[in-house]
Amino acid sequence: MGRQSLKKSHEKIQELSWDPQYATPADKYTTDYTFEKAPKKDPLKQVLRSYFPMEEEKDDRVYGAMDGAIRGNMFRQVQERWMEWQKLFLSIIPFPEISAARAMPLAIGAVPNPEIHNGLAVQMIDEVRHSTIQMNLKRLYMNHYIDPAGFDLTEKGFSNCYAGTIGRQFGEAFITGDALTAANIYLTIVAETAFTNTLFVAMPSEAAANGDYLLPTVFHSVQSDESRHISNGYSILLMALANEDNRQLLERDLRYAWWNNHAVVDAAIGTFIEYGTKDRRKDRPSYAEMWRRWIYDDYYRSYLAPLEKYGLVIPHDLVEEAWNRIWNKGYVHEVAQFFATGWPANYWRIDGMTDEDFEWFEHKYPGWYDKYGKWWENYNRLRHPNGHGPIAFEDVDYQYPHRCWSCMVPCLIREDTVMDEVDGQVRTYCSETCHWTDAVAFRPTYQGRETPSMGRLTGKREWETLYHNEDLADIMTDLGYVRDDGKTLVPQPHLDLDDPKKLWTLDDVRGYPFPSPNVLLNEMSPDEREAHMEEYRRGGPGGRPAKETADA
Amino acid sequence: MAEDTKEDTQQQQKQGERSVPRPQFTDAEAGALTFPSSESRSFNYFEPAKMRATTYEDVTVDVQPDPSRHLTQGWIYGFAKGPGGYPAEWTELKSSDWHVFLDPNEEWERTIYRNNANVVRQIQYNLDNAKSEKAFDRWNGAWVTFVERHVGAWMHIEHGLGMHAFVRAQRDAPTNMINNAISVNGMHKLRFAQDLVLYNLELDDQIEEFDGKAHQEIWDSGSEWQPVREVVENITAIPDWAKVVFVANVIFEPLVGELFRSGLVMQLAAPHGDFVTPTIMGAGEADYDRDLKYTRELYSMLTGDETHADHNKATLNEWLGEWTPRVLDAARQLQPLWSQSEAKTVRFEDSLEQARARFAGILDDLGLETPQEVK
Repeated sequence: MGRQSLKKSHEKIQELSWDPQYATPADKYTTDYTFEKAPKKDPLKQVLRSYFPMEEEKDDRVYGAMDGAIRGNMFRQVQERWMEWQKLFLSIIPFPEISAARAMPLAIGAVPNPEIHNGLAVQMIDEVRHSTIQMNLKRLYMNHYIDPAGFDLTEKGFSNCYAGTIGRQFGEAFITGDALTAANIYLTIVAETAFTNTLFVAMPSEAAANGDYLLPTVFHSVQSDESRHISNGYSILLMALANEDNRQLLERDLRYAWWNNHAVVDAAIGTFIEYGTKDRRKDRPSYAEMWRRWIYDDYYRSYLAPLEKYGLVIPHDLVEEAWNRIWNKGYVHEVAQFFATGWPANYWRIDGMTDEDFEWFEHKYPGWYDKYGKWWENYNRLRHPNGHGPIAFEDVDYQYPHRCWSCMVPCLIREDTVMDEVDGQVRTYCSETCHWTDAVAFRPTYQGRETPSMGRLTGKREWETLYHNEDLADIMTDLGYVRDDGKTLVPQPHLDLDDPKKLWTLDDVRGYPFPSPNVLLNEMSPDEREAHMEEYRRGGPGGRPAKETADA
Repeated sequence: MAEDTKEDTQQQQKQGERSVPRPQFTDAEAGALTFPSSESRSFNYFEPAKMRATTYEDVTVDVQPDPSRHLTQGWIYGFAKGPGGYPAEWTELKSSDWHVFLDPNEEWERTIYRNNANVVRQIQYNLDNAKSEKAFDRWNGAWVTFVERHVGAWMHIEHGLGMHAFVRAQRDAPTNMINNAISVNGMHKLRFAQDLVLYNLELDDQIEEFDGKAHQEIWDSGSEWQPVREVVENITAIPDWAKVVFVANVIFEPLVGELFRSGLVMQLAAPHGDFVTPTIMGAGEADYDRDLKYTRELYSMLTGDETHADHNKATLNEWLGEWTPRVLDAARQLQPLWSQSEAKTVRFEDSLEQARARFAGILDDLGLETPQEVK
């Protein structure tokens, strides 16, 4: 379809909508935002006559590449260290994609603009595409990669593992609560516009460096749809800004959405890129460098900051603090260390770091070895079963962390940890902003204003609570993370598949009760709790217990 | 670092070569080693309907989690006044296991785009052919008026149901399989609406007396269309997702949709020398055939449920009692359209009888009572 023809066609399809005369669509998903009708345009002029053949062509290219990868024995070159992390990533990501499809009615119902409705409906089916194309990629990995365990249980693992639950925010947050908060600010303005850059551009680049060119093929095809989604979101944001009453809510939602996306996405993707790669060229950008380029410069400075002149209150402080956490507080390294600590509760294998990795980390993040080097040496020392327990149960100068009630990533930057009694329960938070999210933002009033549409944080948010003090072997059996011989664990703290003696079994992890930090915290007296938390905050980096305790 | 690698690096630097990752032979392909689960190459968290899971099942089942299956920590976000996620209580109908439903069309990414791309391509070929054959020159004035007004009015229905009934309902059902089927249904409607409106644009270009804007007035105030419009708007106002799909696909489509598309337009076009409009209407009929397949599967599952069959049948019969008279009345109000044609090839009563028989057949398949009004 030519450009002129597309313009004319797009103008014509606007004639399809109408104002109801007899009944209005069910108002099921409410918002506290106020919208006036406004002639906001869809600058990308989405028309289904050209859309369907375009996407079909994109699919043909993706599936052609998949055939080529199999014929060309791509898996003889993929790095297992990388592929193992895909067991986690690809278990999570199809759900946010399909959730984005389910989020579209929330935005359609809230925004009175048929031209934007059209773009949102196209986005809906895009997201169905993304979900199934990613599931199919994972199916291919399961069929052709050396170790299918973990891929084979993928959606179950997503549903019952602590890591899947952290990722599930990046999905449930799109479809629940205030329609605009969920489907516009969280999903489109922050998740899609900012963080798909690291998800769908930076990460595929790293995949290619690790011998996997299918992840880039699939995810760049996905990313090529995102510009339309970003455009949808931007139009809605401008409509929201047109009403002064919305600005207080916009400020709240940008703070919440920015911080939660940072906490969740940087934890996961940062770990995959920094600890899942074998590419240790010194001039290869680190995650922090990528973040600075894709998020700080391209999103924050080029997209978000210019909106200030339209009255949007930008969370400058939180953008800077996110960078501070990544660059100065070791956020990604702390998370990777936690994932590796928790290996026996995962459904993928985690490779240890080698001298070459140490050298690279020290080059990219000066001071890294002093904080994390010894622990990773212990990880390697304890990687094969030999009468000792998993590293989490051995004395390696690491205190198992409390979990953040809001973002559900553990409180790894110990000095930032906040403790408070909220809704009758003592909870811990990784940061002031996560505390604010639970105690202030997700409430029916905000700064004295009624916010009856705002959602709530629900569920059994601390995973460890589900298994408080149960034996690790029983937990793994219950989770189903056991291989088909009925005893060998799916996760392993190494990549050695050549010798059965190197593989951990249920017997090797029996006799280790797994307590819930939150249950224990609530069982303490108020004085004990304060003392415990004061000591906890003095711990770290690298999960070290506070000095005095360690010396005691 | 090995000496030769160092030399390589120095050599590259001298030549100013780019720094690029180096492929390594890892032998990480399936079958390279034998160990526990080394042959575990199928998703093991659901039971496929047959011996082997289809691609559709693999890419669809359990992508939307469910606390009644594997989801242990529950939904982590809630609405202000109710649970989040996909509560089964969002419809009055009940199922012993919603996850039993599988879309017989097995819609996933590739089928969605292949099917719809084929439809829009075929329509474009037909239009190109009609233009080169100067087919529109053979249309008489009455038929031009009929198409601009009534075929034009129909596109609003497709758009309204697509955008505000199906796209909305796909948020709510308890499984990914149901929601995906509904979302594809929504795209069929929206695509067909655009097929019609772009056809309208083409006719506006090709036929001098064709009024490309006439559809708006007839949709806003044409007396024949107001009862249908009222029904459509009220369908979009139903909050229960399963009721929306049932009323739209089981009641409205056979009694009004097919009545108009097949029972009227496709019957009248040929005698008026129009071989183009039926091919476009045919695309809409093919969409409905496809959408009816999943609809039959879904509601058959519910009326045959081992525990809730009686409850579901009673509820569906109640919905039939509530909606059949309204929809049938709207259908009857379209009767004057049958008189507007110069070619009396089909009588309204004959078309309606066919629609009633089709409707009764669908209900019979679902084990539901045919309402008195259509017997």
